[in-house]
Amino acid sequence: MSDGDEPAVTGEEVRNVADLARVDLNDEEVETFAEQFEAVLADFETLDEVPEIESEPDLVNVMRADEVEAGLTQEEALSNASETEDGYFKGPRVS
Amino acid sequence: MAEFNAYITKARIDGDDDGPLAGKTVAVKDNISTEGVETTCGSKMLEGYVPPYDATVVERLKAAGATINGKANMDEFGMGTTTETSHFGATLNPADTDRVPGGSSGGSAAAVAAGEADLALGSDTGGSVRAPAAFCGVVGIKPTYGLVSRYGLVAYANSLEQIGPIAPTVEEAAGLLDVIAGSDPRDATTVEAGDDSNYAAAADGDVEGMTIGVPEELLDGADEGVVETFWDAIEDLEAQGAEYVEVSMPSVEKAVAAYYVIAMSEASSNLARFDGTRYGLNAVEAGDYDDLSEAGNWNEAFATAREEGFGPEVKRRILLGTFALSAGYHDRYYGKAQDARAWIKQDFDESLQAADVLASPTMPVPPFELGEGLEDPRTMYLADANTVPVNLADLPAISVPAGEADGLPVGLQFIGPKYGEETIVRAASALE
Repeated sequence: MSDGDEPAVTGEEVRNVADLARVDLNDEEVETFAEQFEAVLADFETLDEVPEIESEPDLVNVMRADEVEAGLTQEEALSNASETEDGYFKGPRVS
Repeated sequence: MAEFNAYITKARIDGDDDGPLAGKTVAVKDNISTEGVETTCGSKMLEGYVPPYDATVVERLKAAGATINGKANMDEFGMGTTTETSHFGATLNPADTDRVPGGSSGGSAAAVAAGEADLALGSDTGGSVRAPAAFCGVVGIKPTYGLVSRYGLVAYANSLEQIGPIAPTVEEAAGLLDVIAGSDPRDATTVEAGDDSNYAAAADGDVEGMTIGVPEELLDGADEGVVETFWDAIEDLEAQGAEYVEVSMPSVEKAVAAYYVIAMSEASSNLARFDGTRYGLNAVEAGDYDDLSEAGNWNEAFATAREEGFGPEVKRRILLGTFALSAGYHDRYYGKAQDARAWIKQDFDESLQAADVLASPTMPVPPFELGEGLEDPRTMYLADANTVPVNLADLPAISVPAGEADGLPVGLQFIGPKYGEETIVRAASALE
Protein backbone atom coordinates (compact mmCIF):
# COMPACT_ATOMS: atom_id res chain seq x y z
CA MET A 1 0.00 0.00 0.00
CA SER A 2 2.68 2.41 -1.09
CA ASP A 3 1.91 5.76 -2.65
CA GLY A 4 2.55 4.38 -6.15
CA ASP A 5 -0.21 3.77 -8.68
CA GLU A 6 -0.10 0.01 -8.18
CA PRO A 7 -0.71 -0.71 -4.53
CA ALA A 8 1.54 -3.55 -3.42
CA VAL A 9 0.16 -5.07 -0.26
CA THR A 10 2.48 -6.71 2.25
CA GLY A 11 1.57 -9.24 4.89
CA GLU A 12 2.63 -6.77 7.54
CA GLU A 13 0.10 -4.25 6.27
CA VAL A 14 -2.68 -6.84 6.32
CA ARG A 15 -1.75 -7.72 9.92
CA ASN A 16 -1.77 -4.06 10.87
CA VAL A 17 -5.29 -3.52 9.50
CA ALA A 18 -6.49 -6.77 11.08
CA ASP A 19 -5.11 -5.51 14.37
CA LEU A 20 -7.04 -2.25 14.02
CA ALA A 21 -10.19 -4.23 13.21
CA ARG A 22 -9.64 -6.67 16.12
CA VAL A 23 -9.62 -9.77 13.92
CA ASP A 24 -6.95 -12.42 14.44
CA LEU A 25 -5.68 -13.98 11.22
CA ASN A 26 -3.57 -17.08 10.62
CA ASP A 27 -0.56 -16.99 8.27
CA GLU A 28 -2.48 -18.52 5.39
CA GLU A 29 -5.22 -15.90 5.63
CA VAL A 30 -2.64 -13.10 5.70
CA GLU A 31 -1.02 -14.39 2.54
CA THR A 32 -4.31 -14.86 0.66
CA PHE A 33 -5.68 -11.47 1.72
CA ALA A 34 -2.47 -9.64 0.71
CA GLU A 35 -2.79 -11.08 -2.78
CA GLN A 36 -6.53 -10.39 -3.10
CA PHE A 37 -6.35 -6.88 -1.62
CA GLU A 38 -3.87 -5.84 -4.27
CA ALA A 39 -6.44 -6.45 -7.05
CA VAL A 40 -9.31 -4.84 -5.14
CA LEU A 41 -7.29 -1.77 -4.14
CA ALA A 42 -6.21 -1.35 -7.77
CA ASP A 43 -9.96 -1.07 -8.58
CA PHE A 44 -10.39 1.46 -5.76
CA GLU A 45 -7.54 3.53 -7.23
CA THR A 46 -9.58 4.11 -10.42
CA LEU A 47 -11.86 6.38 -8.36
CA ASP A 48 -9.11 8.94 -8.78
CA GLU A 49 -10.55 9.65 -12.25
CA VAL A 50 -13.93 10.74 -10.83
CA PRO A 51 -14.66 14.41 -11.60
CA GLU A 52 -15.53 16.90 -8.85
CA ILE A 53 -19.31 17.19 -8.61
CA GLU A 54 -21.23 20.12 -7.19
CA SER A 55 -23.96 18.39 -5.24
CA GLU A 56 -26.34 19.61 -2.60
CA PRO A 57 -27.63 16.56 -0.78
CA ASP A 58 -31.23 17.01 0.37
CA LEU A 59 -30.43 16.22 3.96
CA VAL A 60 -32.54 17.41 6.86
CA ASN A 61 -32.16 16.88 10.56
CA VAL A 62 -34.89 14.64 11.94
CA MET A 63 -35.78 15.66 15.48
CA ARG A 64 -38.21 14.19 17.96
CA ALA A 65 -39.15 14.77 21.56
CA ASP A 66 -37.21 12.65 24.03
CA GLU A 67 -40.05 10.59 25.41
CA VAL A 68 -39.55 7.81 27.92
CA GLU A 69 -40.82 4.47 26.60
CA ALA A 70 -40.60 0.91 27.79
CA GLY A 71 -37.55 -0.86 26.32
CA LEU A 72 -36.08 -4.30 26.82
CA THR A 73 -36.11 -5.64 30.36
CA GLN A 74 -32.74 -6.34 31.96
CA GLU A 75 -33.43 -10.04 31.59
CA GLU A 76 -34.19 -9.68 27.87
CA ALA A 77 -31.12 -7.57 27.30
CA LEU A 78 -28.91 -10.19 28.95
CA SER A 79 -30.63 -13.17 27.36
CA ASN A 80 -28.06 -13.61 24.55
CA ALA A 81 -24.91 -12.97 26.59
CA SER A 82 -22.89 -16.05 27.42
CA GLU A 83 -21.06 -14.35 30.30
CA THR A 84 -23.06 -12.36 32.88
CA GLU A 85 -22.66 -11.55 36.55
CA ASP A 86 -25.19 -10.04 38.97
CA GLY A 87 -27.39 -8.76 36.14
CA TYR A 88 -24.52 -7.23 34.16
CA PHE A 89 -22.65 -8.20 30.99
CA LYS A 90 -19.26 -9.64 31.83
CA GLY A 91 -16.42 -8.66 29.53
CA PRO A 92 -12.77 -9.60 29.34
CA ARG A 93 -10.28 -7.68 31.47
CA VAL A 94 -9.26 -4.30 30.08
CA SER A 95 -5.51 -4.79 30.09
CA MET B 1 -30.79 -30.59 4.63
CA ALA B 2 -33.95 -29.81 2.71
CA GLU B 3 -33.84 -30.05 -1.07
CA PHE B 4 -32.49 -26.58 -1.82
CA ASN B 5 -31.27 -25.53 1.67
CA ALA B 6 -33.37 -22.38 1.33
CA TYR B 7 -33.93 -22.04 5.08
CA ILE B 8 -31.54 -21.77 8.01
CA THR B 9 -34.39 -22.17 10.51
CA LYS B 10 -37.82 -23.60 9.80
CA ALA B 11 -40.42 -22.04 12.10
CA ARG B 12 -44.05 -21.13 12.19
CA ILE B 13 -44.91 -17.62 13.31
CA ASP B 14 -48.63 -17.00 12.97
CA GLY B 15 -49.97 -13.61 12.07
CA ASP B 16 -53.39 -12.07 12.69
CA ASP B 17 -56.46 -13.91 11.40
CA ASP B 18 -57.36 -11.31 8.80
CA GLY B 19 -55.45 -9.08 6.44
CA PRO B 20 -54.19 -8.83 2.90
CA LEU B 21 -51.69 -11.65 3.49
CA ALA B 22 -54.04 -14.05 5.36
CA GLY B 23 -53.33 -17.61 4.26
CA LYS B 24 -49.96 -16.66 2.74
CA THR B 25 -46.61 -18.08 3.87
CA VAL B 26 -43.61 -15.74 3.89
CA ALA B 27 -39.92 -16.66 4.19
CA VAL B 28 -37.97 -13.95 6.02
CA LYS B 29 -34.26 -13.42 5.37
CA ASP B 30 -32.21 -14.39 8.38
CA ASN B 31 -30.83 -10.88 8.97
CA ILE B 32 -34.32 -9.59 9.86
CA SER B 33 -35.08 -9.89 13.58
CA THR B 34 -37.87 -12.23 14.67
CA GLU B 35 -38.79 -12.22 18.36
CA GLY B 36 -38.09 -15.61 19.90
CA VAL B 37 -36.83 -17.16 16.64
CA GLU B 38 -33.10 -17.59 15.98
CA THR B 39 -31.63 -14.95 13.65
CA THR B 40 -28.12 -15.82 12.49
CA CYS B 41 -27.33 -13.58 9.49
CA GLY B 42 -25.86 -16.75 7.99
CA SER B 43 -22.94 -16.44 10.39
CA LYS B 44 -21.33 -18.65 13.02
CA MET B 45 -20.98 -15.39 14.98
CA LEU B 46 -24.75 -15.27 15.60
CA GLU B 47 -25.53 -18.99 15.73
CA GLY B 48 -28.00 -19.37 18.59
CA TYR B 49 -28.82 -15.64 18.79
CA VAL B 50 -32.52 -15.15 19.58
CA PRO B 51 -33.75 -11.56 19.16
CA PRO B 52 -35.91 -10.25 22.01
CA TYR B 53 -37.92 -8.08 19.58
CA ASP B 54 -39.44 -8.07 16.08
CA ALA B 55 -38.25 -5.95 13.18
CA THR B 56 -40.88 -3.43 12.05
CA VAL B 57 -41.41 -5.35 8.79
CA VAL B 58 -42.09 -8.54 10.79
CA GLU B 59 -44.70 -6.72 12.89
CA ARG B 60 -46.30 -5.51 9.66
CA LEU B 61 -46.31 -9.01 8.13
CA LYS B 62 -48.05 -10.38 11.22
CA ALA B 63 -50.59 -7.55 11.26
CA ALA B 64 -51.32 -8.29 7.59
CA GLY B 65 -52.19 -11.90 8.46
CA ALA B 66 -49.08 -13.58 7.02
CA THR B 67 -47.61 -16.80 8.39
CA ILE B 68 -43.81 -16.66 8.54
CA ASN B 69 -42.60 -20.18 7.78
CA GLY B 70 -38.90 -19.77 8.43
CA LYS B 71 -35.70 -17.79 8.24
CA ALA B 72 -34.13 -17.85 4.80
CA ASN B 73 -30.51 -18.70 4.05
CA MET B 74 -28.21 -15.88 2.97
CA ASP B 75 -24.61 -14.93 2.34
CA GLU B 76 -22.96 -14.23 5.69
CA PHE B 77 -24.14 -10.78 6.85
CA GLY B 78 -25.36 -10.15 3.27
CA MET B 79 -21.84 -10.21 1.90
CA GLY B 80 -21.92 -12.15 -1.34
CA THR B 81 -23.67 -12.64 -4.67
CA THR B 82 -24.18 -16.41 -4.50
CA THR B 83 -25.41 -17.44 -0.98
CA GLU B 84 -22.30 -19.63 -0.81
CA THR B 85 -20.67 -17.63 2.01
CA SER B 86 -23.39 -18.79 4.44
CA HIS B 87 -22.02 -20.63 7.47
CA PHE B 88 -24.98 -22.99 7.04
CA GLY B 89 -24.06 -24.21 3.55
CA ALA B 90 -24.95 -23.03 0.06
CA THR B 91 -28.51 -22.72 -1.20
CA LEU B 92 -29.17 -24.44 -4.54
CA ASN B 93 -30.97 -22.78 -7.43
CA PRO B 94 -34.33 -24.53 -7.97
CA ALA B 95 -34.03 -23.76 -11.72
CA ASP B 96 -30.77 -25.76 -11.89
CA THR B 97 -29.33 -27.34 -8.75
CA ASP B 98 -25.75 -27.21 -10.09
CA ARG B 99 -26.03 -23.42 -10.02
CA VAL B 100 -26.13 -20.76 -7.32
CA PRO B 101 -29.41 -18.94 -6.60
CA GLY B 102 -27.68 -15.56 -6.53
CA GLY B 103 -27.33 -13.58 -3.35
CA SER B 104 -27.22 -12.46 -0.84
CA SER B 105 -30.98 -13.18 -0.38
CA GLY B 106 -30.60 -16.53 -2.16
CA GLY B 107 -32.66 -18.50 0.35
CA SER B 108 -35.58 -16.06 0.01
CA ALA B 109 -35.63 -16.28 -3.80
CA ALA B 110 -35.11 -20.06 -3.85
CA ALA B 111 -37.95 -20.59 -1.34
CA VAL B 112 -40.33 -18.66 -3.59
CA ALA B 113 -39.08 -20.26 -6.83
CA ALA B 114 -39.45 -23.74 -5.33
CA GLY B 115 -42.89 -23.03 -3.90
CA GLU B 116 -41.66 -23.54 -0.33
CA ALA B 117 -43.05 -20.08 0.51
CA ASP B 118 -45.67 -17.97 -1.27
CA LEU B 119 -43.64 -14.79 -0.73
CA ALA B 120 -40.36 -13.71 0.84
CA LEU B 121 -38.49 -10.76 2.27
CA GLY B 122 -34.87 -10.11 1.37
CA SER B 123 -32.59 -7.14 1.87
CA ASP B 124 -30.79 -5.28 -0.91
CA THR B 125 -27.54 -3.43 -0.17
CA GLY B 126 -26.04 -3.68 -3.66
CA GLY B 127 -28.43 -6.00 -5.50
CA SER B 128 -29.11 -8.69 -2.90
CA VAL B 129 -32.85 -8.87 -3.68
CA ARG B 130 -32.61 -8.36 -7.45
CA ALA B 131 -29.68 -10.73 -8.16
CA PRO B 132 -31.31 -13.82 -6.63
CA ALA B 133 -34.70 -12.89 -8.11
CA ALA B 134 -33.05 -12.79 -11.56
CA PHE B 135 -31.12 -16.05 -11.09
CA CYS B 136 -34.13 -17.95 -9.71
CA GLY B 137 -36.69 -16.60 -12.19
CA VAL B 138 -38.87 -14.66 -9.73
CA VAL B 139 -39.68 -10.98 -9.08
CA GLY B 140 -37.75 -8.81 -6.60
CA ILE B 141 -38.06 -5.14 -5.68
CA LYS B 142 -35.44 -2.84 -4.14
CA PRO B 143 -37.50 0.09 -2.80
CA THR B 144 -36.46 3.74 -2.79
CA TYR B 145 -34.17 4.42 0.17
CA GLY B 146 -36.34 5.31 3.17
CA LEU B 147 -39.55 3.69 1.92
CA VAL B 148 -39.23 0.65 4.21
CA SER B 149 -38.14 0.67 7.85
CA ARG B 150 -34.76 -0.89 8.63
CA TYR B 151 -35.57 -1.21 12.35
CA GLY B 152 -34.59 -4.76 13.30
CA LEU B 153 -32.55 -5.37 10.15
CA VAL B 154 -29.03 -6.31 11.22
CA ALA B 155 -26.98 -3.56 9.59
CA TYR B 156 -24.35 -4.16 6.92
CA ALA B 157 -24.22 -0.77 5.09
CA ASN B 158 -26.96 1.53 6.40
CA SER B 159 -26.74 4.24 3.75
CA LEU B 160 -27.37 1.74 0.94
CA GLU B 161 -29.73 -0.96 2.14
CA GLN B 162 -33.46 -1.53 2.02
CA ILE B 163 -35.62 -4.53 2.84
CA GLY B 164 -37.51 -5.66 -0.29
CA PRO B 165 -40.15 -8.20 -1.40
CA ILE B 166 -39.66 -11.32 -3.54
CA ALA B 167 -42.67 -13.03 -5.18
CA PRO B 168 -43.70 -15.15 -8.17
CA THR B 169 -45.49 -12.22 -9.85
CA VAL B 170 -45.08 -8.45 -10.07
CA GLU B 171 -48.50 -7.85 -8.51
CA GLU B 172 -47.72 -10.05 -5.50
CA ALA B 173 -44.31 -8.43 -5.00
CA ALA B 174 -45.94 -4.99 -5.16
CA GLY B 175 -48.65 -6.13 -2.74
CA LEU B 176 -46.02 -7.29 -0.25
CA LEU B 177 -44.27 -3.93 -0.63
CA ASP B 178 -47.60 -2.24 0.18
CA VAL B 179 -47.63 -4.18 3.48
CA ILE B 180 -44.07 -3.33 4.58
CA ALA B 181 -43.69 0.23 3.21
CA GLY B 182 -44.36 3.29 5.31
CA SER B 183 -42.83 5.59 7.87
CA ASP B 184 -41.63 4.27 11.22
CA PRO B 185 -40.72 6.40 14.23
CA ARG B 186 -38.02 3.81 15.07
CA ASP B 187 -36.13 4.46 11.80
CA ALA B 188 -35.49 8.17 11.29
CA THR B 189 -34.52 7.61 7.65
CA THR B 190 -38.04 6.49 6.70
CA VAL B 191 -40.32 8.75 4.67
CA GLU B 192 -44.08 9.15 4.36
CA ALA B 193 -44.15 8.41 0.61
CA GLY B 194 -45.04 4.77 1.22
CA ASP B 195 -47.85 5.37 3.75
CA ASP B 196 -51.21 4.13 2.36
CA SER B 197 -49.57 2.98 -0.88
CA ASN B 198 -51.27 0.83 -3.49
CA TYR B 199 -48.39 -0.32 -5.67
CA ALA B 200 -50.19 -3.58 -6.51
CA ALA B 201 -52.82 -1.61 -8.45
CA ALA B 202 -50.07 -0.33 -10.76
CA ALA B 203 -49.41 -3.86 -12.07
CA ASP B 204 -51.79 -3.24 -14.98
CA GLY B 205 -49.33 -3.87 -17.83
CA ASP B 206 -50.16 -0.55 -19.47
CA VAL B 207 -46.93 0.75 -21.03
CA GLU B 208 -48.60 2.68 -23.87
CA GLY B 209 -46.57 5.89 -24.32
CA MET B 210 -43.98 4.96 -21.68
CA THR B 211 -40.40 5.94 -22.51
CA ILE B 212 -37.79 3.34 -21.61
CA GLY B 213 -34.18 4.46 -21.47
CA VAL B 214 -31.37 1.94 -21.94
CA PRO B 215 -27.97 3.00 -20.57
CA GLU B 216 -25.51 1.53 -23.05
CA GLU B 217 -22.87 1.19 -20.33
CA LEU B 218 -24.99 -1.44 -18.55
CA LEU B 219 -24.88 -3.73 -21.59
CA ASP B 220 -21.10 -3.48 -22.03
CA GLY B 221 -19.43 -6.79 -21.38
CA ALA B 222 -22.65 -8.65 -20.63
CA ASP B 223 -23.13 -12.27 -21.66
CA GLU B 224 -24.38 -12.65 -25.24
CA GLY B 225 -27.39 -14.80 -24.39
CA VAL B 226 -28.41 -12.38 -21.63
CA VAL B 227 -28.17 -9.40 -23.99
CA GLU B 228 -30.25 -11.20 -26.63
CA THR B 229 -32.99 -12.01 -24.12
CA PHE B 230 -32.89 -8.40 -22.92
CA TRP B 231 -33.46 -6.94 -26.41
CA ASP B 232 -36.27 -9.43 -27.09
CA ALA B 233 -38.01 -8.08 -23.98
CA ILE B 234 -37.49 -4.47 -25.06
CA GLU B 235 -39.00 -5.31 -28.47
CA ASP B 236 -41.95 -6.88 -26.69
CA LEU B 237 -42.48 -3.64 -24.75
CA GLU B 238 -42.22 -1.57 -27.95
CA ALA B 239 -44.89 -3.78 -29.51
CA GLN B 240 -47.08 -2.86 -26.53
CA GLY B 241 -46.69 0.86 -27.22
CA ALA B 242 -43.60 1.77 -25.22
CA GLU B 243 -40.85 3.85 -26.75
CA TYR B 244 -37.17 2.98 -26.39
CA VAL B 245 -34.39 5.59 -26.16
CA GLU B 246 -30.64 5.24 -25.65
CA VAL B 247 -29.15 7.08 -22.71
CA SER B 248 -25.55 7.45 -21.63
CA MET B 249 -24.32 7.23 -18.04
CA PRO B 250 -20.50 7.40 -17.99
CA SER B 251 -20.46 7.49 -14.18
CA VAL B 252 -21.67 3.89 -13.76
CA GLU B 253 -18.26 2.60 -14.75
CA LYS B 254 -17.07 3.76 -11.33
CA ALA B 255 -20.07 2.34 -9.48
CA VAL B 256 -18.61 -1.01 -8.43
CA ALA B 257 -15.47 0.57 -6.97
CA ALA B 258 -17.47 3.30 -5.21
CA TYR B 259 -20.00 0.79 -3.92
CA TYR B 260 -17.39 -1.52 -2.43
CA VAL B 261 -15.48 1.32 -0.76
CA ILE B 262 -18.66 2.68 0.84
CA ALA B 263 -20.21 -0.70 1.73
CA MET B 264 -16.99 -2.10 3.19
CA SER B 265 -16.33 1.09 5.15
CA GLU B 266 -19.80 1.04 6.66
CA ALA B 267 -19.45 -2.70 7.33
CA SER B 268 -16.18 -2.27 9.21
CA SER B 269 -17.95 0.12 11.55
CA ASN B 270 -21.27 -1.77 11.83
CA LEU B 271 -19.68 -5.14 12.50
CA ALA B 272 -17.50 -3.74 15.27
CA ARG B 273 -20.41 -4.54 17.61
CA PHE B 274 -19.77 -8.27 17.30
CA ASP B 275 -17.29 -8.85 20.11
CA GLY B 276 -19.05 -11.72 21.88
CA THR B 277 -19.93 -9.75 25.00
CA ARG B 278 -23.64 -8.88 24.67
CA TYR B 279 -24.50 -11.54 22.09
CA GLY B 280 -22.76 -13.78 19.60
CA LEU B 281 -19.82 -16.12 19.78
CA ASN B 282 -17.82 -15.49 22.93
CA ALA B 283 -14.03 -15.69 23.32
CA VAL B 284 -14.44 -18.59 25.76
CA GLU B 285 -16.26 -20.68 23.15
CA ALA B 286 -14.11 -19.41 20.27
CA GLY B 287 -10.78 -20.06 21.98
CA ASP B 288 -11.89 -23.19 23.84
CA TYR B 289 -10.98 -21.66 27.22
CA ASP B 290 -12.34 -22.82 30.57
CA ASP B 291 -12.98 -19.28 31.75
CA LEU B 292 -13.10 -15.72 30.38
CA SER B 293 -10.09 -14.82 32.52
CA GLU B 294 -7.95 -17.08 30.30
CA ALA B 295 -8.95 -15.25 27.08
CA GLY B 296 -6.52 -12.38 27.60
CA ASN B 297 -7.34 -8.67 27.63
CA TRP B 298 -10.34 -7.33 25.76
CA ASN B 299 -8.50 -6.64 22.49
CA GLU B 300 -7.17 -10.20 22.49
CA ALA B 301 -10.49 -11.74 23.52
CA PHE B 302 -12.48 -9.78 20.90
CA ALA B 303 -9.96 -10.68 18.16
CA THR B 304 -10.24 -14.36 19.13
CA ALA B 305 -14.05 -14.30 18.94
CA ARG B 306 -14.02 -12.44 15.63
CA GLU B 307 -11.39 -14.73 14.08
CA GLU B 308 -13.56 -17.75 14.84
CA GLY B 309 -17.00 -16.18 14.30
CA PHE B 310 -16.54 -14.49 10.91
CA GLY B 311 -16.00 -16.27 7.59
CA PRO B 312 -13.43 -15.22 4.95
CA GLU B 313 -15.65 -12.84 2.94
CA VAL B 314 -16.75 -10.95 6.06
CA LYS B 315 -13.15 -10.63 7.27
CA ARG B 316 -12.10 -9.44 3.82
CA ARG B 317 -14.73 -6.68 3.80
CA ILE B 318 -14.11 -5.58 7.39
CA LEU B 319 -10.37 -5.34 6.72
CA LEU B 320 -10.70 -3.51 3.40
CA GLY B 321 -13.23 -1.12 4.99
CA THR B 322 -10.94 -0.49 7.95
CA PHE B 323 -8.16 0.24 5.48
CA ALA B 324 -10.28 2.61 3.35
CA LEU B 325 -11.17 4.62 6.46
CA SER B 326 -7.69 4.66 7.98
CA ALA B 327 -5.58 7.79 8.30
CA GLY B 328 -3.95 8.74 5.02
CA TYR B 329 -6.37 6.76 2.86
CA HIS B 330 -9.74 8.23 3.89
CA ASP B 331 -9.73 11.05 1.31
CA ARG B 332 -8.23 8.90 -1.42
CA TYR B 333 -10.78 6.09 -1.16
CA TYR B 334 -13.82 7.01 0.97
CA GLY B 335 -13.88 10.68 -0.05
CA LYS B 336 -13.53 9.81 -3.74
CA ALA B 337 -16.25 7.16 -3.46
CA GLN B 338 -18.64 9.80 -2.12
CA ASP B 339 -17.80 12.00 -5.14
CA ALA B 340 -18.56 9.05 -7.43
CA ARG B 341 -21.86 8.52 -5.62
CA ALA B 342 -22.86 12.15 -6.29
CA TRP B 343 -21.81 11.78 -9.94
CA ILE B 344 -23.92 8.64 -10.35
CA LYS B 345 -26.95 10.36 -8.78
CA GLN B 346 -26.52 13.23 -11.22
CA ASP B 347 -26.36 10.86 -14.20
CA PHE B 348 -29.53 9.10 -13.06
CA ASP B 349 -31.33 12.44 -12.61
CA GLU B 350 -30.48 13.41 -16.18
CA SER B 351 -31.35 10.01 -17.67
CA LEU B 352 -34.67 9.91 -15.84
CA GLN B 353 -35.58 13.26 -17.37
CA ALA B 354 -35.16 11.72 -20.84
CA ALA B 355 -37.06 8.53 -19.93
CA ASP B 356 -39.82 7.37 -17.55
CA VAL B 357 -37.84 4.29 -16.54
CA LEU B 358 -34.41 2.84 -17.30
CA ALA B 359 -33.88 -0.80 -18.25
CA SER B 360 -30.90 -3.16 -18.15
CA PRO B 361 -30.19 -6.84 -17.62
CA THR B 362 -30.36 -7.34 -13.83
CA MET B 363 -27.23 -9.49 -13.92
CA PRO B 364 -24.71 -9.32 -16.76
CA VAL B 365 -24.24 -13.09 -16.58
CA PRO B 366 -26.35 -16.26 -16.17
CA PRO B 367 -26.33 -18.00 -12.76
CA PHE B 368 -22.81 -19.13 -11.77
CA GLU B 369 -22.04 -22.78 -11.24
CA LEU B 370 -21.65 -23.67 -7.57
CA GLY B 371 -18.09 -22.93 -6.42
CA GLU B 372 -17.23 -20.99 -9.57
CA GLY B 373 -16.47 -17.65 -7.99
CA LEU B 374 -15.49 -18.34 -4.40
CA GLU B 375 -11.76 -18.28 -5.12
CA ASP B 376 -11.76 -14.90 -6.81
CA PRO B 377 -13.72 -12.28 -4.86
CA ARG B 378 -13.04 -9.54 -7.41
CA THR B 379 -14.88 -11.38 -10.20
CA MET B 380 -17.89 -11.69 -7.91
CA TYR B 381 -17.78 -7.98 -7.11
CA LEU B 382 -17.88 -7.14 -10.83
CA ALA B 383 -21.07 -9.21 -11.28
CA ASP B 384 -22.85 -6.50 -9.26
CA ALA B 385 -22.14 -3.86 -11.94
CA ASN B 386 -25.79 -3.31 -12.93
CA THR B 387 -27.36 -3.42 -9.47
CA VAL B 388 -25.04 -1.31 -7.29
CA PRO B 389 -25.59 2.02 -9.12
CA VAL B 390 -29.23 1.93 -7.96
CA ASN B 391 -28.28 1.68 -4.27
CA LEU B 392 -25.72 4.46 -4.63
CA ALA B 393 -28.46 6.69 -6.10
CA ASP B 394 -31.13 5.67 -3.49
CA LEU B 395 -33.53 4.75 -6.33
CA PRO B 396 -36.20 2.01 -6.68
CA ALA B 397 -35.66 -0.94 -9.03
CA ILE B 398 -37.38 -4.19 -9.85
CA SER B 399 -36.09 -7.41 -11.39
CA VAL B 400 -38.63 -9.33 -13.48
CA PRO B 401 -38.14 -12.57 -15.43
CA ALA B 402 -37.46 -11.73 -19.09
CA GLY B 403 -37.03 -15.24 -20.45
CA GLU B 404 -34.16 -17.70 -20.57
CA ALA B 405 -30.68 -17.94 -22.02
CA ASP B 406 -29.30 -21.47 -22.45
CA GLY B 407 -32.20 -22.74 -20.37
CA LEU B 408 -31.38 -20.49 -17.40
CA PRO B 409 -33.48 -17.58 -16.08
CA VAL B 410 -32.62 -14.03 -17.17
CA GLY B 411 -33.86 -11.04 -15.20
CA LEU B 412 -34.61 -7.59 -16.56
CA GLN B 413 -34.17 -4.62 -14.26
CA PHE B 414 -36.30 -1.49 -14.41
CA ILE B 415 -35.03 1.54 -12.50
CA GLY B 416 -37.39 4.40 -11.62
CA PRO B 417 -37.12 7.89 -10.19
CA LYS B 418 -37.22 8.40 -6.41
CA TYR B 419 -40.60 7.08 -5.09
CA GLY B 420 -41.41 5.93 -8.65
CA GLU B 421 -42.40 2.43 -7.47
CA GLU B 422 -45.67 2.55 -9.43
CA THR B 423 -43.85 3.19 -12.71
CA ILE B 424 -41.40 0.29 -12.32
CA VAL B 425 -44.22 -2.03 -11.21
CA ARG B 426 -46.27 -1.03 -14.28
CA ALA B 427 -43.34 -1.54 -16.67
CA ALA B 428 -42.43 -4.92 -15.17
CA SER B 429 -46.01 -6.18 -15.26
CA ALA B 430 -46.04 -5.65 -19.04
CA LEU B 431 -43.44 -8.42 -19.39
CA GLU B 432 -45.54 -11.09 -17.66
